[in-house]
Amino acid sequence: MNTLQLVLSVLCGLTALWLIVEIIRDRTVGNVTFAGLVALEIGLVVELLWGLARVFGDHHGVAVGAYVGYLVGALVILPIGFIWSVSEKSRGGTAVLLIAVLVLPVLFLRLHDIWAGHV
Amino acid sequence: MSEQPPTTPTTLATTSRGFGRALVFVYGIFAFSATGRSSYQLATKASEAPLAYSLSALAAVVYIVATWALGTGRHPIAVGAVVVELLGVIVIGATIHPSDPAKATVWSGFGSGYGYVPLVLPFVGLWWLWRTRPTA
Repeated sequence: MNTLQLVLSVLCGLTALWLIVEIIRDRTVGNVTFAGLVALEIGLVVELLWGLARVFGDHHGVAVGAYVGYLVGALVILPIGFIWSVSEKSRGGTAVLLIAVLVLPVLFLRLHDIWAGHV
Repeated sequence: MSEQPPTTPTTLATTSRGFGRALVFVYGIFAFSATGRSSYQLATKASEAPLAYSLSALAAVVYIVATWALGTGRHPIAVGAVVVELLGVIVIGATIHPSDPAKATVWSGFGSGYGYVPLVLPFVGLWWLWRTRPTA
């Protein structure tokens, strides 16, 4: 994984730990959680732009469709998860966001694998 | 069950409240990824492995129906979709061992390419549908 993906994965891990604490305390999304999600999403926008620049450059036979699919998936999972979670005023809504931040590092690994050629 | 009104506020979407909120989200992720995988396979190399890719498309449809039914509280449809999902992951997991991961479906190897979540998910789904079963 590249530096950005590693940094984002660490941020996902920290956010996940925080969300677990919030789920145990039966809290919905507060300001701290929201700030963490916004920081992550900014990083994901950078990741998308960087990935697209890579695809439009020399991509030596990489499966472009799959690569862009995972980039877009990583971009939209947090906003969709957030929209889906806000109407649930219980720890269930917070758990939605936990799933989203746990899936993101998996998407980074897939992006890495696709680029390396083992789809 | 057929006598009750189709959509009363109390029965509508109980499957998507509380824990169900997270469960529907997981189903949604699989609907999204199975659809992506399947359309990619069918669009780029449909003739290579028609059976595997058709099963991939079937898996996508099952996840879409399960997500929709769980998200909108359509209990009987959700049970049907999750049962098909369970049969799919067990039958395909037990019978198809693709050597080429590109020809895999979400369900091959009992969902080993997805951390075995596809194997666990239908059991969680059925448990949740039992918890939220209509009391009529």
